[in-house]
Amino acid sequence: MENLKKELKEKIIENLNLEDIEVADINDDDVLFGDGLGLDSIDALELIVMLDKDYGIKLTDPKQGKSIFQSINTMADYITENRK
Amino acid sequence: MNNYYINGIGCVSAQDTSNLELNFSDFSELKNNIVDVFKPNYKAFIKPAMIRRMSSGVKSGIVASSIALKEANIDLPEAIITGSGMGCLRDSEKFLEGIINNNEQYLTPTSFIQSTHNTVGGQIALGLSCKSYNVTYVHQATSFESSLIDSMMMIDEGSDHILIGGVDEIGPHTTENHELVGHVKKESDLKNGILNSDSKGSVFSEGAQFFAIERDKKNSTYAKFIDVAVYDKLEIDEVENKMNQFLNDNKMQISDIDMIVLGINGDIDYDEYYNLLMRKTFKNTQQVYYKHLSGEYNTASAFGLWAACKIIKDQSIPKILKINNKEVPTINNVLLYNQYRGLSHSFTLLSSC
Amino acid sequence: MSKGVAITGMGIISSIGNTVEENFQSLIDKNAGISKISKIDTIHKDEIKVGEISFTNDEMVQILNLPESNNYSRTALLAEIAVKEAVNNAKITDINKYKTGLISATSVGGMDMTERYYYSYKDEVDKRKYIDAHSLGDSTLKIASSLGLTGYTSTISTACSSATNAIMLGARMIKSGKLDRVIVGGADCLSKFTINGFKTLMILSETDCMPFDKNRTGLNLGEAAAYLVLESDEIAKKENKKVLGYITGYANANDAFHQTASSEDGEGATLAMKKALEVAKKSPKEIDYINAHGTATPNNDSSESKAIIRIFGKTIPSFSSTKGYTGHTLAAAGAIEAVYSILALQNDIIFPNLNFKTPIEETLLIPETEVINKKIKHVLSNSFGFGGNCSSLIFSKEL
Repeated sequence: MENLKKELKEKIIENLNLEDIEVADINDDDVLFGDGLGLDSIDALELIVMLDKDYGIKLTDPKQGKSIFQSINTMADYITENRK
Repeated sequence: MNNYYINGIGCVSAQDTSNLELNFSDFSELKNNIVDVFKPNYKAFIKPAMIRRMSSGVKSGIVASSIALKEANIDLPEAIITGSGMGCLRDSEKFLEGIINNNEQYLTPTSFIQSTHNTVGGQIALGLSCKSYNVTYVHQATSFESSLIDSMMMIDEGSDHILIGGVDEIGPHTTENHELVGHVKKESDLKNGILNSDSKGSVFSEGAQFFAIERDKKNSTYAKFIDVAVYDKLEIDEVENKMNQFLNDNKMQISDIDMIVLGINGDIDYDEYYNLLMRKTFKNTQQVYYKHLSGEYNTASAFGLWAACKIIKDQSIPKILKINNKEVPTINNVLLYNQYRGLSHSFTLLSSC
Repeated sequence: MSKGVAITGMGIISSIGNTVEENFQSLIDKNAGISKISKIDTIHKDEIKVGEISFTNDEMVQILNLPESNNYSRTALLAEIAVKEAVNNAKITDINKYKTGLISATSVGGMDMTERYYYSYKDEVDKRKYIDAHSLGDSTLKIASSLGLTGYTSTISTACSSATNAIMLGARMIKSGKLDRVIVGGADCLSKFTINGFKTLMILSETDCMPFDKNRTGLNLGEAAAYLVLESDEIAKKENKKVLGYITGYANANDAFHQTASSEDGEGATLAMKKALEVAKKSPKEIDYINAHGTATPNNDSSESKAIIRIFGKTIPSFSSTKGYTGHTLAAAGAIEAVYSILALQNDIIFPNLNFKTPIEETLLIPETEVINKKIKHVLSNSFGFGGNCSSLIFSKEL
């Protein structure tokens, strides 16, 4: 699980082009959207593609993303449960 | 009758033009045939959270517009009017290549959104929280002039502070295509510069130029717009007549022009449009060119305007821009003429004030 | 003394008809033009529905009598067909008789050809003619050339509000006397680029779209072209032209909220409608019909509903979105909906909002769902695009 969380942080930084942020800057329970890391709805769509491409999980309703992408912890939990 | 004052200018180009400490003596003629912009210090102008998604064209547009607005001391313009011939090409190509290479799978929205032509105008508005009129013109090499015309109309209709600009980006694949059809000059043909060129094609480049246009004069005023006219197509022998007509409509004639700024780009097939004017019509006028510094792109005429503004304000013509050498005691009336491959002709008239 | 802007001609081609007359018939017969895509081979073809025009490119080349060497994109073909109908409808014989201009709008441009031949240009020399057809300005220049028009031309691209902005610019140029006559409108064809683009935003519906419905899931893309001929009322009188209506109000405002989403309270939309009413010197209660943007995305319809309530308060006029018929035709939307607004004015008819069952919970607005006969003097038409670009037009029967 720890590896997955690190991997997720790296992917978020890379896919979303967060140039000034390091893996160490993102805590597992940090709020990713809104006031936390400041991600928005377009980032959510990018993460949905990442779930599909890298973990084989297809989301059909973008609104599902809201709960899944709350934090690194929630993302890791969801992926562990649902990955193909 | 309204006045249209250019009170702020900003430029990102193949030269280090966003560095306000530099002037024309620091710039040099382009030696390569495809030249990216000289990257400004983007972080000084744009929040990191916003930069991450932006294409080069968007970033350059934001830098150039920030410089222009700051100079004119405008917090919130009443209109943001942008011109772009090809839009944000890099993101268009990225998205399209994703579609083709990955068979329409695993595509992400960012490059699609960034590719829409009005992204630059939209992002500038977002950054300023500007809710006013916002339009993007995409009319090839008169895209910028369309913005200019609209800004004059806005002032006529009662607005006071308008931001206009021209932005174009190099797209690697698109440039390759244009090389295939001979639009891009071969690097080996650039040895002797673009004046009196005997080869086809032009130097492909990119840039963003923005201008704050206002109803009232300010300390920062560079020049006044008098008028603009555009023509889709003209034959070489029609240009002089149309030019004369344009000047007469503005109660001027050729002899009133102190400086002519020409969009010469080194393409032997089309520079004849300028050669005739240089040899005959304006042989006694100071002639100036600029695309040896900026390269060619659909909104490069905005670079010409930027250069003309600086010349009028400084009342001095940098050596690197001169084609000939005439005595010009005062630079009052300046005419700019541009065309691209025989199409998109524009005449722009400025005066000192 | 500012001039009145008269509409003297219209032309349109969409998935519900190849002419103004055909479109009108489909509207009153409640005949939608939404189907599975047939002309583009996309992996998404079973997951989307579109408003596709039946003509193939070859058929349009024949209709326009173009030489085989032509490099028209599908966008340009559609545009030219609609422009020609408009110019004929306005009974223009000498295109340069007055200061006449052309302002067109598009967001796809020649992308349909570019995506087809992206990697082919190196080896297939005969396809290279499409390289120059890619730019958005290309179709405008082709139309001008084909009409022999020598006056002012320009092209606007502001995503889904493009054609509305083109119409607005045309009206302003007539009012100021810069032009006496102007052909305004827009065109966009379907393309893999836009289909995939909207798919990544997850706002495409798998079924027929349901504007303003609580259970809406997204839009259907469409393709279309439509143009109006605008003339100053002086010239229209002088030439004894039949006037179809007048453009009395127009405005463009920016939401400045997000790159693609509209603000929750519909700020940009509200500002645009408000300003259009100011320009027309009309109060909200004088509007008889709103042709809404109504794309059927969760975001737009909610945001637009809120904006409508902010402007009209408790007295909401009859409104509908016609996108259930044609799909969302992107840059052409503002133009085809201008044609529909004028048809509504001319015929005192309101066209229904198809596929509506349940109102949005938050706002409870109910669009017209049948063809209604009603005296109509003023129509408000909305178009909202990416980049927060919000535009509104007001069409009136009389000045």
